[in-house]
Amino acid sequence: MQAFEYNKLNDADRASAAGAVQGAKFVAGGTTLIDLMKLNVEQPTTLLDINALPLDKVEKLPDGGVRIGAMVRNSDLAHDSIIQQIYPVLSQALLSGASPQLRNMATTGGNLLQRTRCYYFRDTAYACNKRNPGSGCSAIDGHNRMHAILGTSEHCIATHPSDMAVAMMALEATVQIRGTKGERSVPLNEFYFVPGSTPNRENVLVPGDLITHVTLPALASGTKSHYLKRRDRASYEFALASAAVVVQMQGSRIDGARVALGGVGTKPWRSLEAEHELQGKSANEQTFRAAAEAALKGARPLHDNAFKVELAKRTIVRALKEVTQA
Amino acid sequence: MSKRHDEVVPDNPDAADDPKQTKPEQKGLSRRSFLGRMGVVGIATAAGPLIHISPAEQVETSPLPTKPNTVPGAVPVTLKVNGSTHNLKLEPRVTLLDALRENLGLFGTKKGCDHGQCGACTVHVNGRRINSCLTFAIMHQADEVITIEGLARNGELHPVQAEFLEHDAYQCGYCTPGQMMSAAALLKEPCGADDDSVRECMSGNICRCGAYPNIVAAVQAARKRG
Repeated sequence: MQAFEYNKLNDADRASAAGAVQGAKFVAGGTTLIDLMKLNVEQPTTLLDINALPLDKVEKLPDGGVRIGAMVRNSDLAHDSIIQQIYPVLSQALLSGASPQLRNMATTGGNLLQRTRCYYFRDTAYACNKRNPGSGCSAIDGHNRMHAILGTSEHCIATHPSDMAVAMMALEATVQIRGTKGERSVPLNEFYFVPGSTPNRENVLVPGDLITHVTLPALASGTKSHYLKRRDRASYEFALASAAVVVQMQGSRIDGARVALGGVGTKPWRSLEAEHELQGKSANEQTFRAAAEAALKGARPLHDNAFKVELAKRTIVRALKEVTQA
Repeated sequence: MSKRHDEVVPDNPDAADDPKQTKPEQKGLSRRSFLGRMGVVGIATAAGPLIHISPAEQVETSPLPTKPNTVPGAVPVTLKVNGSTHNLKLEPRVTLLDALRENLGLFGTKKGCDHGQCGACTVHVNGRRINSCLTFAIMHQADEVITIEGLARNGELHPVQAEFLEHDAYQCGYCTPGQMMSAAALLKEPCGADDDSVRECMSGNICRCGAYPNIVAAVQAARKRG
């Protein structure tokens, strides 16, 4: 591991200026960053510890929404009574990710910035356009069973690993950011980039930007939500395919639906196509299957991960069945 | 037997790296006394000696310098572990796990994968279980750290330790400190009553021997004790 200078920040106002210095990185839970520092994938020269910043509250907003501090730990968020009552999809997604120990460490802001588990990204002996732009992609012709089928490019097929972000995508979350030029809000749906020709650029953040909060909008009364995750073992594993569904019913008819997928996209994948198929339709297997077909229409499977196309479709159907049951 | 031994032993019957062949007088410095000295070297001030060095080991002459830690880039770090405060000098990149083992001589906390995937390094920080390999010691200066050495109180085993013994919840034992620290934390966490819930709540601790059935039984028995 490369040596670094360590500074503990106590004041969010000074964080942006400190974070804008070249080579500086914020550290919160450290579960991604320190892991990658040990692999020399991340090599910050200054580490800014933000654990003392007062961003650890889950607050109900006057409009019925919820504001989550960036430092709220994944375990605290998953077990928060407001989240469990109003946004069960988020609690379920969080509890399906990592282990109890890691969830006690990992934060809300940090989870949004998790790096891919692509083994070629994690191993500096291999070419990787995300880690070393222009070096090539070892995964496209390599072992790519865990890789993405949606949002890929000829430069990168790395899967976004987060479960939490998939649920937040279906909940239409907004990210609050403090930067050197002040504060701004970015809808989560516009926060991530697909890799295109610049897979090293993963999101809208620029040096000095610090995520301070994530806001979830109020849900119409009677809205139901569910997270379903499919993986190689029953626990403590990343998704091969997952679905976050948020559905509002009018009798047996779907009045509104939001669908997001994990484990299959280069970013947490919102499917407006699936949502369009569900809008106003009867809640039945045929409708769910049509939505699943629409969601995966643009899938580009490779030699090892073609199974994910059907797996993702069935995951969507199963999640919708679950959430629309009385 | 390793490949190395297969090659070396026939030509070198007195090879010093074979523990069975090592004569006591050849042993300049045992592994444990070496690690022990490393631990003491890293401690600037502490309540008392943390490493017990037996009289036999003390008379051995050590080639190691006994001057204080002079690692470049080391900074003062104060850690509170198992109720004792330790003033150390550590590089910022020393993980909490390495500080516990190499600087404080608390070898109970194990290094397995060193990447947050196995749970062998599980300790409690401010009452919550975490992977000590994925955090830097310098980040925990205001925290209360409890390791497996601090789990038993007043000479009495923690209920989890007692039930692991009772249920033979281990084979090789390497994962056991992490399993016990996880189980002890689990007692105070939201976790369903059935065995499947225990398996899920213990899923961050891998056991290569596959002692899981007995581990689940031990955890359930510890929970029943209240």
